[in-house]
Amino acid sequence: MTPEQLIERANRLAEESRELAEHSAELIRQATSGVPETASVAGIDPFLFGLTVLVLSCFVGYYVVWRVTPALHSPLMSVTNAISSVIIVGALIAAGPAEMNFSQIMGFFAVVLASVNIFGGFIVTQRMLSMFRKKR
Amino acid sequence: MIHISENLSAVLYLVSGVCFILALRGLSSPDSARKGNLFGIAGMVIAVGTTAALPAVLSYEVIIAGIVIGGAIGTLIARKIEMTALPQLVAAFHSLVGLAACFVAAAAFYRPEAYGIGRFLDIGTASLIEMSLGLAIGAVTFTGSIIAFGKLQGLISGAPLVFPGQHLLNAVLGIGLVALVVLLVQVQSEVTFWSILALSLLIGVLIIVPIGGADMPVVISMLNSYSGWAACGIGFTLSNSLLIITGALVGSSGAILSYIMCKGMNRSFFSVILGGFGGESEAAGVSHGDRAIKSGSAEDAAFIMENASSVIIVPGYGMAVAQAQHTLREIGDILRQRGVNVRYAIHPVAGRMPGHMNVLLAEANVPYDHVLELEEINRDFPQTDVAFVIGANDVTNPAAKTDPTSPIYGMPILDVENARTVLFVKRSLASGYAGVDNELFFRDNTMMLFADAKKMCEEIVISLG
Repeated sequence: MTPEQLIERANRLAEESRELAEHSAELIRQATSGVPETASVAGIDPFLFGLTVLVLSCFVGYYVVWRVTPALHSPLMSVTNAISSVIIVGALIAAGPAEMNFSQIMGFFAVVLASVNIFGGFIVTQRMLSMFRKKR
Repeated sequence: MIHISENLSAVLYLVSGVCFILALRGLSSPDSARKGNLFGIAGMVIAVGTTAALPAVLSYEVIIAGIVIGGAIGTLIARKIEMTALPQLVAAFHSLVGLAACFVAAAAFYRPEAYGIGRFLDIGTASLIEMSLGLAIGAVTFTGSIIAFGKLQGLISGAPLVFPGQHLLNAVLGIGLVALVVLLVQVQSEVTFWSILALSLLIGVLIIVPIGGADMPVVISMLNSYSGWAACGIGFTLSNSLLIITGALVGSSGAILSYIMCKGMNRSFFSVILGGFGGESEAAGVSHGDRAIKSGSAEDAAFIMENASSVIIVPGYGMAVAQAQHTLREIGDILRQRGVNVRYAIHPVAGRMPGHMNVLLAEANVPYDHVLELEEINRDFPQTDVAFVIGANDVTNPAAKTDPTSPIYGMPILDVENARTVLFVKRSLASGYAGVDNELFFRDNTMMLFADAKKMCEEIVISLG
């Protein structure tokens, strides 16, 4: 092996090891950048958080609804109908972006439908409730 | 435009959720109910305002256009609607919530980045399952409510539509739906997503068509519940606790109302779902034999009620159909002025939706403290001189207590038979919604008043003079 060949091999080796070092550095950067993101949710699955909210809300709903007087069951239906249109929250996010796309169109229709419900539901409830008067 | 932080928005959503709880809480009495409704409106304003201020929402033209269009339509409908048509209206509104849920699910599927749940065709498994649930329940609510609307509005027959293999077909479709959701999780494709939608729409139609008109109060409550669970499913997809809270409130409210309605008819929830009961049974050919009935005129009725010391009026849906509630209230007012103790007895399933009859009487200016529920008033019938039954039938039928073979056996009834005299306003001897003969018509202390409810009321008012 001539000294030239030896130098060439040494150079190539140096080059390869530098690439390897860069690659591992990149890997480390990727790994660490991912850490804070996962750490914030690692404690608890968002599904379990949602489930907690769901179960507790069902209990609240159960006790509150049983206390509703039977005479007001129709307004109860129309007002629950109005508040279930809070689904508009999801629709607003879909309709919100600056650029026009399929999602935005979906969002627009959802906003229209939910708005019909919100306005219609609350107004009809108010109309009904204003009729319930005690003896003059 | 101001943008708010995620934490602030979470707090505001919580406030909004509490407002919704207070809105329902207010309905525990008519006095607090109006304030409750204002809480509901406040909660909605907070929810919409908060979302509009999120950094994800950049353009407002589309949103404002949507709210203005939808709001105008909603306001117009709510102001114009007749109170007798309330059940149809609520059914129609439920369908809109269902459809909106489908749209939101589609928006999330095609642009998951906006909701932070992944990229197009690369969405996390949990999010996909939650999204499919929201989509499926939304679609079932949509078509189911449309069928219910059609039945209530009289656009399609109220008679139950049953065919052989119906339950098997529904079961197969249900399993197919689950399979599609599994498929969607494994290979995320647009075709699978839309297939789930199509299948759910079909299931929504199929589960409501076999349910007869008599069970509509249950159906409408059930769809109320579904619309809540649809919102819940979307709430899980978007990890939005306000949607989950509200969905759970609405879902449990609808479920409780369904339970109350089922109990009011002594039917199990399961048998209602399976369907095939009740319909338009203006039953031709019900044989009455030669049994004697006593029929009277408006003057007779006016005379009997005038000389009574207590009268309980039992209104049913027939009264509302004839638009007789205002004239009926006049009768009540005149009798009260003459010192007769007049009260109204409401059966849980009088009318076509929970509490419908109470609204109709309130609309006719009957003070709500004169209107009593079945449990409150039933023990007063034996001390009552006159029970005035107008447009109701099955809910007074003693067969519910005595005849185990009767389809309405076990249903709680208003014990009008115990009153000294029973006045029945009816057009004919036809049986009621459940298609059952009422033997009360043939009793000695019963007087039939054959006429249209409104006409009879007007004549009684004249006779009371």
